[in-house]
Amino acid sequence: MGGDLGGGNAVIDRARSAATERRASAGTLRVARKRVVAEGVVELTLVSPDGARLPDWAPGAHIDLVVPADGADAGLVRQYSLCGDRWRPAEYRIMVQREADGRGGSVAIHDRVAEGDALGFGGPRNHFRMAPAAEYLFVAGGIGITPLLPMIDQARRLQQPWRLLYLGRSARRLAGLAELAELGGAEDRVAVHAADELGRADLDAWRPADPAVRVFACGPNRLLDAVEAWGAPPGGLAPRVERFTAQVSAGASPSAFEVVAAHSGATATVDAGESVVDALRRVGVDVITSCAQGVCGTCETGVLAGDPDHRDSLLDDAERARGDCMFPCVSRSRAARLVLDL
Amino acid sequence: MTASTATIGPRTEVPRLDIDPFSDAFLADPFPFHERLREAAPVTYLEPYGVYAVARYAEVHRALTDWQGLQSAAGVGLSNFRKEPPWRPPSVLLEADPPRHDAPRSVLVKLLSPRRLRALEAGWRADAARVVDEMLARGRDFDAVTDLAEVFPLRVFPDAIGLGDSGREHLLPYGDFAFNAFGPRNRLVEEGQAGIGPTMAWIDAQCRRENLAPGGIGQQIWEAADRGEITAEQAPFVVRSLLTAGVDTTVTGIASVLHALADRPEDWRRLRADRSLLPRVFEEAVRLESPVQTFFRTTTQPVELAGVEIPADEKVLMFLGAANRDWRRWHDPHAFDLHRDPSGHVGFGMGLHQCVGQHLARLEAVSVLDALLDRVTALETTGPARRHLNNTLRGFEALPMRLTAA
Repeated sequence: MGGDLGGGNAVIDRARSAATERRASAGTLRVARKRVVAEGVVELTLVSPDGARLPDWAPGAHIDLVVPADGADAGLVRQYSLCGDRWRPAEYRIMVQREADGRGGSVAIHDRVAEGDALGFGGPRNHFRMAPAAEYLFVAGGIGITPLLPMIDQARRLQQPWRLLYLGRSARRLAGLAELAELGGAEDRVAVHAADELGRADLDAWRPADPAVRVFACGPNRLLDAVEAWGAPPGGLAPRVERFTAQVSAGASPSAFEVVAAHSGATATVDAGESVVDALRRVGVDVITSCAQGVCGTCETGVLAGDPDHRDSLLDDAERARGDCMFPCVSRSRAARLVLDL
Repeated sequence: MTASTATIGPRTEVPRLDIDPFSDAFLADPFPFHERLREAAPVTYLEPYGVYAVARYAEVHRALTDWQGLQSAAGVGLSNFRKEPPWRPPSVLLEADPPRHDAPRSVLVKLLSPRRLRALEAGWRADAARVVDEMLARGRDFDAVTDLAEVFPLRVFPDAIGLGDSGREHLLPYGDFAFNAFGPRNRLVEEGQAGIGPTMAWIDAQCRRENLAPGGIGQQIWEAADRGEITAEQAPFVVRSLLTAGVDTTVTGIASVLHALADRPEDWRRLRADRSLLPRVFEEAVRLESPVQTFFRTTTQPVELAGVEIPADEKVLMFLGAANRDWRRWHDPHAFDLHRDPSGHVGFGMGLHQCVGQHLARLEAVSVLDALLDRVTALETTGPARRHLNNTLRGFEALPMRLTAA
């Protein structure tokens, strides 16, 4: 398992979209490393272009990554769980499984994204927070292992008992087996079930009866439906699952857009490499910020017209969809004009 | 406690300063000391306590955000919890690191988000109007601390949490004691110690589920425990965090902005005409006054800071108030300037532990200011501000003022 892409990089370089080259500062991540970690799975190590700390995250978090779209100017926004080590504050890691019949994001990452590329990003956001428990059962289906790896690391740090059931079509396609062996394989905490060797798994045999055990699961819908059907054990809590999101959206156009402060009518052009806050400051409109990372919520601003391209860590999907507020320290615009309640 | 660090000692490039940041002289007028601390070097070593110190913006910002290298679980005061027992069970927020910090923090972030607080806003604005009207009915002369800055938070905050009506007088002394306790066991701590027993007992009782009113933030914290987001053991400590950090700080914040705005008729007129400046006014006051002056971190490993290697397990004192007046970051840093963009000040801290109640503090302050601006055309001082000394908070005992009613 593993190994670099080697000669494949030349092909990737030629196919690299102009869009990824133009965006290289605010709200972007540079691909520091790309490697194959299992059959059909690549891992990207992403860093800030200036090497600075990235926004903090916790297990279960994902980032929104703007992936170059074939032939289009605006990229595709795709969600990827963070699977790295948050004690390394200057890098994120994600793992991406190539889905040939998917919606194009994973193919773009596999075929068109190369080391050195800059990709727009938002978040991290967390809809799959790990909660305290006396004991954990993690259930992963294939690439669904990604959010669970940092959870397992956390359980280990807290010296909480845990087990993992890791299901897949074949062991060759399962990422993270080496890390898992290090994390707890020796204590027999990890059960790998490859269907090509063992046939269909008897999932219900894993259903915990002990209310102290909390289940966290990620993987294909069919697996998660079955885990959710377990319900809560008497006196316990229902399993928590994270589904691969079916959200389809486009990222900001890499070309400049116009932002209007409605009260004064002041208008500024936001270039690809600057934030809305920076652009507004140029025309005399100060938006008070604090963290400047979309984390603290200080700069929340009403949106009067336009289509915000949310990059913050704060809003959930429903709040994003409403499109009535945004955090201009990081968030941008998907349309040519954005009117803010300022 | 100083013995071990003194024998190992810092590397030679760190200036050793004989400054006691918890002395009466320092607390009464910290600015000349801040100047010495800032200009001596990016990292200094304070002889009286055997701790490292940072007072420039860049280093304070770095120390606040680098939770991996500079932890909170060993205490954010002078005491190193690895060597000394804490005076109370440690906070599950302020005195915790990831991963234990994650769950309590995320529960409070949600409950105290601007979107959640909007539900409180109309009521708070009405309360602010009432408080100011009551004050106006008593005449033109008032004390901005005891007649306003203390009155308003104590009216709205305990209700928002869902506390009972009796015993609320414990809140200010508890906060005062807790913030003193981040310093050494000096006179301020000793004096507070005498009456703290009943206060602590009252606070602990308020954190229990049965004593919190339905619908309040306290009860919602317990509901998060029902959903398994935090444990039932953590829930009372999350409530306690609000009671510890939610009152004296906002009182000081409101007093600070009134102190800054008094005797500035131009600014007052401008604000009366343009309320969109209010958020900026409050942030600028928090920058300038820094109600929370200091916090400590403890190194988890040897940490390189501005070219200095601080060994593992050392206390690092961060002067938030000095960073907020560092000329390297702020033009004319000692001036209260309505034209300034105060973005990025560290008055609420920064990073993972940044004040989780900051939006609540802003809403309180803006509500009071708005009510005052509606009814008052001028605000002038009628006597010197009297400071309330605390090891961590830079607060006021009295701010005598006179207003002109509209």
